[in-house]
Amino acid sequence: MNAIKVENLTKRYGEVLAVDDISFVAPTGATVGLLGGNGAGKTTTIAMLLALLVPTAGRINVLGHDMAKDRFAALARMNFSSPYVALPARLTVRENMRVYGHLYDVPRVEQRIAALSRELDLGAILDRPAGQLSAGQKTRVALAKALINRPEVLLLDEPTASLDPDTGDLVRTWLEQYRAESGCTILLASHNMAEVERLCSHVVMLKKGRVVDRGSPDELLERYGRHDMEDVFLDIARDRRQAVPA
Amino acid sequence: MKPMFRRIWGLMYRHLALYRRSWPRLVELSYWPILQMCIWGFTARFLAARMGSPGLMAGATLLGGVLLWEVTLRSQMGMSLSFLEEIWSRNLGHIFVSPLRPFEMVAALISMSIIRMLLGVMPAILLAWALYAFNLFTVGPVLILFFVNLMIMGWAVALGVVSLVLRHGAGAEPLAWGVLFGLAPFSAVFYPVSVLPSFIQPFSYALPTTHVFEGMRAALLQGVIRWDHLAAAFGLNLIWLACAALLFTRQFHAARVSGALISIGE
Repeated sequence: MNAIKVENLTKRYGEVLAVDDISFVAPTGATVGLLGGNGAGKTTTIAMLLALLVPTAGRINVLGHDMAKDRFAALARMNFSSPYVALPARLTVRENMRVYGHLYDVPRVEQRIAALSRELDLGAILDRPAGQLSAGQKTRVALAKALINRPEVLLLDEPTASLDPDTGDLVRTWLEQYRAESGCTILLASHNMAEVERLCSHVVMLKKGRVVDRGSPDELLERYGRHDMEDVFLDIARDRRQAVPA
Repeated sequence: MKPMFRRIWGLMYRHLALYRRSWPRLVELSYWPILQMCIWGFTARFLAARMGSPGLMAGATLLGGVLLWEVTLRSQMGMSLSFLEEIWSRNLGHIFVSPLRPFEMVAALISMSIIRMLLGVMPAILLAWALYAFNLFTVGPVLILFFVNLMIMGWAVALGVVSLVLRHGAGAEPLAWGVLFGLAPFSAVFYPVSVLPSFIQPFSYALPTTHVFEGMRAALLQGVIRWDHLAAAFGLNLIWLACAALLFTRQFHAARVSGALISIGE
């Protein structure tokens, strides 16, 4: 069973082809990495998955819902986190959580906030304005916002960007725990190859809007004859080496 | 609470929480209406002192015009600025990937506009009564119908502004402050339509606000309720609101096609 199914997805802006006929699936309960250099089409793909952007062609199905016809039913069961989208800075963390608790129709929202506060260690900052938090605290708050509705599909755009190794590790550990406990499907766009190796069971490699390779991290390492994903990434990004035929 | 109403409340709560934490925003709501009332109130008092009864009448319509125009202006700005707050806080991405429907967002913005308008205009109305013995409520219950029409007109213009911001990004922001002032000379706020050049009068009568201000003058000066003007205002508002809703729907879809929702703050 696939939580996310993308078929022949294309996005064109005038002459620019941002995403070019890509297809992939994310099996239910898996963490799938969407990798590629800047301009590869990751953010555009995520924006289409979230229905922020209408595809030029192709189909997206999330949790059994066709995103072109029934996006709100899917959006209620999904969530999203990105360091590039902020929460209102003057509202406290608790107020922000309440806002999204209402928007996602979360039952017993105060209890949910308390639970997330314990799990993500937000107790000390719950009543501080979101704009006064450090980068690490903001990331944990953004993650709490993304988990407020117990999403079945979680889209993460560089969730640990600009975090120190300790905080990054805490976030990754927590994501692993949440996925294991909830059976949530995670689609992760990241430039951190160690993170991808650790979290992802499947990887989709994008370049210039096209899928250029895919497989588990182990399969990709073997295919490119490399020891870490960073080298695989560079091989693909710089056309240094072709995959070794199986 | 039904999920739809909860989502609308969620977005309203976001703005109400913001006001609770920002006294400059609260002060700003009533600052301009009060300032307007002071300037025009003393002008009206001066006219009354110099011209006697005709000056008193002119002053009353002047103050009525000032207060009712603020209803339209605050309704329009209340809705437009609440939307712009989401852009300024880079929060629009989160809002539009939530299950909040576009019409629910509009409903929340309209609700915030009503709250902002009441907080902005009510102190000015009270001030007019306290300083100049001008009681707008002597117009009677029809005042509510005037208010409703002026608010609807404000929302229609605000929807147009939001649509343009959705399509053209931050470059369209200044419209939120200035666009309604462009309609003021044709809305017969301080003078009857008859003083306008004849070729402008048809345009003036196409504005719902014109019919409200003509009705206000009839109520204040002659003590009569012009139901014909009120009916025209409601009818025109329906058309204006329908056009604005169509524009918003189209521009929202266009923004989803062009990617403007992702880069709207730029």
